[in-house]
Amino acid sequence: MGFGPLLLLASLEGLVTAATLALMALGLSLVFGVMRVVNVAHGEFFMLGAVVAWAVSTAFAGHPAVGFGAALLVAPLVVGAVAFAAERLVLKRLNYDPEATIVATIGLLYIVQQLALTFYGADARPVQPPFSFRVQLPWFGYSGYKLAVVAAAVVLLLGAWFVLARTRAGLVMRATQYDAETAQAFGIPVGRVYAAVFALGAMLAAVAAVLVVPVSQAHYLMGRDPLLLSFVVVIIGGLGSLRGTVVAALLIGLSDGIISTLFFSPTLAKILATLIVALVLVFRPQGLYGTAAR
Amino acid sequence: MNDTSAVRVWLLHLGVVAALFAAGFLLPDYHRGVFSRVMVLAVFAMGYNLLLGYSGLLSLGHAMFFAAGLYGAGLPLYHLGWSPVPAFAAGVAAGGLLALVVGALALRTVGVAFMIVTMMFSQVVYLTTLYFTTWTRGEEGLVLPPASRRLALGDAVVSLSDPAARYMVALGLFAIVLLVMLRLVRAPFGRTLAGIRENEERMRMLGYDTFRAKLGAVVVSGLVCAAAGAAYGLMFGYVGSGFASIQYSILPLLWVLVGGAATTLGPLLGTAFMFYVIDYASGLTTAWLVLVGAALIFVVLFFPKGILGTLRERWLKWLP
Amino acid sequence: MAALIETKALSRSFGGLKAVDAVDFRLDKGEIRAVIGPNGAGKTTLVGLICGRVAPSSGTVLFEGRDITRLPAHARVMAGIAYTFQITSIFPKLSVADNVALPVQRRLQARGHLSRRALGEGVAGALAKVGLADRAASMAGSLSYGHQRLLEVAMGLALEPRLLILDEPTQGLSDGEIENFVALVREIAREATVLLIEHNMQVVMELADRITVMNAGRILAEGAPADIRADRAVQDAYLGTVDHG
Repeated sequence: MGFGPLLLLASLEGLVTAATLALMALGLSLVFGVMRVVNVAHGEFFMLGAVVAWAVSTAFAGHPAVGFGAALLVAPLVVGAVAFAAERLVLKRLNYDPEATIVATIGLLYIVQQLALTFYGADARPVQPPFSFRVQLPWFGYSGYKLAVVAAAVVLLLGAWFVLARTRAGLVMRATQYDAETAQAFGIPVGRVYAAVFALGAMLAAVAAVLVVPVSQAHYLMGRDPLLLSFVVVIIGGLGSLRGTVVAALLIGLSDGIISTLFFSPTLAKILATLIVALVLVFRPQGLYGTAAR
Repeated sequence: MNDTSAVRVWLLHLGVVAALFAAGFLLPDYHRGVFSRVMVLAVFAMGYNLLLGYSGLLSLGHAMFFAAGLYGAGLPLYHLGWSPVPAFAAGVAAGGLLALVVGALALRTVGVAFMIVTMMFSQVVYLTTLYFTTWTRGEEGLVLPPASRRLALGDAVVSLSDPAARYMVALGLFAIVLLVMLRLVRAPFGRTLAGIRENEERMRMLGYDTFRAKLGAVVVSGLVCAAAGAAYGLMFGYVGSGFASIQYSILPLLWVLVGGAATTLGPLLGTAFMFYVIDYASGLTTAWLVLVGAALIFVVLFFPKGILGTLRERWLKWLP
Repeated sequence: MAALIETKALSRSFGGLKAVDAVDFRLDKGEIRAVIGPNGAGKTTLVGLICGRVAPSSGTVLFEGRDITRLPAHARVMAGIAYTFQITSIFPKLSVADNVALPVQRRLQARGHLSRRALGEGVAGALAKVGLADRAASMAGSLSYGHQRLLEVAMGLALEPRLLILDEPTQGLSDGEIENFVALVREIAREATVLLIEHNMQVVMELADRITVMNAGRILAEGAPADIRADRAVQDAYLGTVDHG
């Protein structure tokens, strides 16, 4: 394959990464934006989504699309319920103190991850894609499912934008984000909004996981890298900014795809990327758009 | 501040050191081995506590300082044939230097951003140990041969692979760091850090260059954690990437929270307690990290001051 | 008379709002100066610019003829400018003695003779001045509001400043406490220059050698208390709207 087609392939791979990353980072960003807390267990919600997707899809015999469709419904609900419970039982009692919340969600991370190890095991397991056709390009064939993942992510992101910008639920969320005390005074049930937002953030990670699991398999440690990448996306994009999140996800996803397909050692690439992001946070904490992480 | 309480405090700390010394002869082999580790890791926790407890800075990246000491000592010993003492010094120096650079950058941020930035710098150090696999052998790590781990003290030779000698070396390091820490937190520098923790803006308007004070705290913390890392590598003869991973940034946080942040003896207590809990649990299940997770949540929810912090609040007000 | 503080065309805007607008301000050594003016007149911003808490948009600040515009706040404190906060800002979880020990130790460090004895004497002296000596061992957060204000002033005094800035020091104090406070400021003024933002006109008239009236970011008038009282423009802008006993 020549350089041009290879670059195209790398870009397509990057686009798939960017699509799931944008969904996942949006969840993280939403939670930070509204609740002002960092959820370190976000990667585990992603992993849990993938594991549940595997469990659901293997429970259904017949055409893989049936199992996949069921997983797309069940996994976000299960993960959302877990997140909701964690919010009510732990975060709420910590009064959303930023540092205590980080410590507690680290605890949650270990618990979810290790329970997955105990009950699901250490193996990586595949999930059948709901359909398999290849899009034939002049230089190579490309998985139609992967393109569908990108399309689905775009639809979901547009949906999220619509909910946030155009509906009453979005208004309530933005009001709470702007000033929780005043929102409370105007009769907005801030506690329930927080629980809902935390669950919604986790569900976005779960949806991303269900979409990606037919391409990448479910494994109990699979939440780690996406968590770091989502941090990166949220920081570069600017915390709490949907537009910034999408732009940064594209940037990170594409460069991840291109760098790891075309260029030097992925470890070195990761070192440089992490260093750059850390320096962005030091010297430009507000990111591309949005507000500082303070 | 008065003299009787100062005497009581010093007696308590010297008493703890004396008890550990006696334990070196009384403990069964297994527990003596555990305590050798616990004392070195408690040094790591004490270094962490200087930031978390006394300065109010929550870092999620202290594995990098432990690793700097570990590799700073281990690499020259393994590849260049250095003897343990200069290797230890190199490890401590590496940690101090890293702390100076990381501190100067990370302290430009506060709160959550500080936590994430320290975590990322630590991740960079971790990935760097993986990248230079030729020298570090990555996750697999380097085993430092016992022959290279001997201290020549005049005519006598102390082998760090001998359990009894190892215990005493660990105790020596622990005792020095404990007493230095005690001195430090009761000195004007400790009061300065407490002031910054409680009200940084006010400190600035009292004429303190708070950035410099915090940088000082990060560097001392980095030096102490690197000393722990260097000692750990030299004493137990193994240097691997695992010690640079995020887990080793979380563990000192857990130990300090359990034992009691901003208490001098809390790190030892927390480290010993969690070490035995995990030791017991890993006999039952491979998923022992569940316990770490549960302990973290339990402590922040119900026990935010830790064991000694709670004791101090209720009964022992004089405890440093 | 030598100027202790001089500002030249000092400005600071927040967004579009000019909180301090090209102010030329001069404060002489040994004065007690009160700055008055309606809320939002720029008083706190002006003293913030002088002590370094607020960075200027343009203009210069001179301290004894030396340009300190670029000096960070902590360095200005060491040069001799102490500031006490409008909203009480102490270390509630430290003891009263430790609260005062922090400024004392900083002053001793800077002069290079920090010793346990000097520290103890400095703490005792500062607490005695404000009458809190018997509370040294209490947690600062457990003090009454009036005592916390006194502690705040003691922390400023402990720096042995040449200029002490007091931002609304009598706010929330009872009449008896105010009386003691006025006496305390007189005592302080024997050794230091005092710059005071104050709403209580009785306190202002009683204490100030000179008064600066601010309005909308500018200096409206300046003069001795009697002159200010008689000034028609001041009456229109400010005094008429406030009960001044």
